[in-house]
Amino acid sequence: MKQNKSKKGLVIALIAIAALLAVVIVLENTLKPTSMLFTVLKKGAVYSLVAVSLNLLNGFTGLFSLGQAGFMLLGAYTYAILTVPTASRDTVYYLYGGSAVNFSLPELFGGGAAGLIVGVTLGLILAGLAAAFFAWLIGLPVLRLKSDYLAIATLGFAEIIRAVFQWDKLGPVTNGANMIKSFPTFTDFNIKDAGGQVVLRLSTFFPFLVAVICIGIIVLLIHSSYGRAFKAIREDEIAAEAMGIDLARHKMLSFCISAFFSGVGGALLAMYSNQVQAKLFTSALSYELLLIVVIGGIGSVTGSCLASFLYIAASEWWLRGLDEDPFVIGNIAISAPGFFRTGLRMVVFSVIIMVVVLFFRRGIMGDKELPNLFKPRKKSKQKEAAK
Amino acid sequence: MEYIVSILLSGIAVGGQYALIAIGYTMVYGILRLINFAHGDVFMVAGLMMVYLNAAGLPLLLTIPAVLVLTVVLGFVIERAAYKPLRSAPRMSVMISAIGVSYLLQNMATYVTGGLPQMYPTIPILSDSVPLLGSNPKVVVLVTPFLVAVLVFGLTMLIGHTKIGMAMRAVAKDFETSQLMGIKIDRVISMTFIIGSFLAAVGSMLYFTNYPSIVPLSGAMPGLKAFVAAVFGGIGSIPGAVIGAFLIGICENIIKGLPGMTVFSDAFTFALLIVVLVAKPTGLFGEKATDKV
Repeated sequence: MKQNKSKKGLVIALIAIAALLAVVIVLENTLKPTSMLFTVLKKGAVYSLVAVSLNLLNGFTGLFSLGQAGFMLLGAYTYAILTVPTASRDTVYYLYGGSAVNFSLPELFGGGAAGLIVGVTLGLILAGLAAAFFAWLIGLPVLRLKSDYLAIATLGFAEIIRAVFQWDKLGPVTNGANMIKSFPTFTDFNIKDAGGQVVLRLSTFFPFLVAVICIGIIVLLIHSSYGRAFKAIREDEIAAEAMGIDLARHKMLSFCISAFFSGVGGALLAMYSNQVQAKLFTSALSYELLLIVVIGGIGSVTGSCLASFLYIAASEWWLRGLDEDPFVIGNIAISAPGFFRTGLRMVVFSVIIMVVVLFFRRGIMGDKELPNLFKPRKKSKQKEAAK
Repeated sequence: MEYIVSILLSGIAVGGQYALIAIGYTMVYGILRLINFAHGDVFMVAGLMMVYLNAAGLPLLLTIPAVLVLTVVLGFVIERAAYKPLRSAPRMSVMISAIGVSYLLQNMATYVTGGLPQMYPTIPILSDSVPLLGSNPKVVVLVTPFLVAVLVFGLTMLIGHTKIGMAMRAVAKDFETSQLMGIKIDRVISMTFIIGSFLAAVGSMLYFTNYPSIVPLSGAMPGLKAFVAAVFGGIGSIPGAVIGAFLIGICENIIKGLPGMTVFSDAFTFALLIVVLVAKPTGLFGEKATDKV
């Protein structure tokens, strides 16, 4: 019976996800491609993935990390370095007289559409692996620390990584403090005909697909025996150890897996913004992600996803009107040149965040998942029916 | 020789300025177990207040006390508005609230300044240069360590020999028990924030006199480093924070002075932090953590 129920839930979830992906494709090919909606959808998908990976560490294993920006940076750089086309390498690395890495993954696989897909996929996986490897290295000494100390140590690690990538001795590989660009981005996934006309837009579908696959893997992990061990560690380390859970091993596993998906997310963020630059991956980015996780609800995967989209939509789209002078709301235009100017949007946005933090302490979802919201309602209906 | 002297001098000065910020972090952490991420931004706002009050035409003799008072008020208001309602909430919520406040202060500063760097007013005497052992440091560089020593001495007297100081020590030791003993927790916590903000305001005057301009993100890095200094010295311990801050300030300037290593001056601070945390997880002078099962 129970087996049946969970299977039913799985089928419903799969159908919902497939429907979501289909809606994305339809929207993308019917609406204007310049609409802000797609900026929000793309960036939201990327942030969802990173937020969920942070939630795996923070909400499910109880390890407080502030180093996510560092892992994203590692992923973004790995992806960018490996996929810049050989022809553009000299222009990208002009300050260092060409790049030390003289191949490009999509070209290794024969170029064209197939090469692009295989190359980018491999690039994303390698981005994740690079982040996971450094997570393992730093995890060896640092994971012995607890709560705030762990947070500060990981934050410090992210800052160190950022400095190393800006070092000009590594210029031929990382391009120093300059940006790396010209690598394949989301728009390369639009299918074009021979004349260069776009036939089918997939530039929003691609980040969604990657995010869905990765989040799916994380959810499966959370529901496996490893996931249960993670939760046990979160609740009580000593009790978990007494139950025979190898603390060091499971903490390291959670840390590396989280870093892996953050690395993939970082690579996607690079694809979204068409360029990589170390100075963008500051600790402010880690704080932002932590805010998203907490607003969504610590320990809720769907909460993290929802919060990512809301956060991006509010900061990039819905409040944009506040930045320009005649503030238009519906048909009314309010003009106050001294008041409505650049920056007001972010002030209002941070006030909203403070309100959410102060009055909705458990976030949007608490530790519930989206499907849980439908369950109690069903029960009460059944009770009514029984009466 | 001149080079070494000038590096050491500026290291000590920067260290002193970090120390003033670090005390705010360490006191708040000692009592609330909260990393007050907004503290670096309070420091930055104190700098901006100086800029704007000076631009409004206030004489310097009035501006300085006004900045001190306004920063203290800011610190007090932040505690009452953003941290006090969350006193019974899990620690994570309070920390998130601190991140939110930091975000709010930075965005407000961006809005007010229009994102443009603001020239910091020159404080006479402090900005003058004096010849010393062949180098030419500003007076502020020489004044900082003494001012820090005086302020820290005053603070230790306050904590060691007054009623409110005793209350602070009690609250830091055991939150609930001290409440039962009739200590008004809210007053003690407010006092902690007032002292922290006051010292941050003094620190900002010393710090920004050395720099030509101030931007909304100016507070982030010094704040982070001061926090590292606090952790380094053993968070919760005031002498630890001061010694940590001086060590970090000096090391940072030495690294900055080495050719080709300038990029790593920030990274070095954090590397040092990780090494210290791994070797001695509670910092140099930190109290031993007791694990109760």
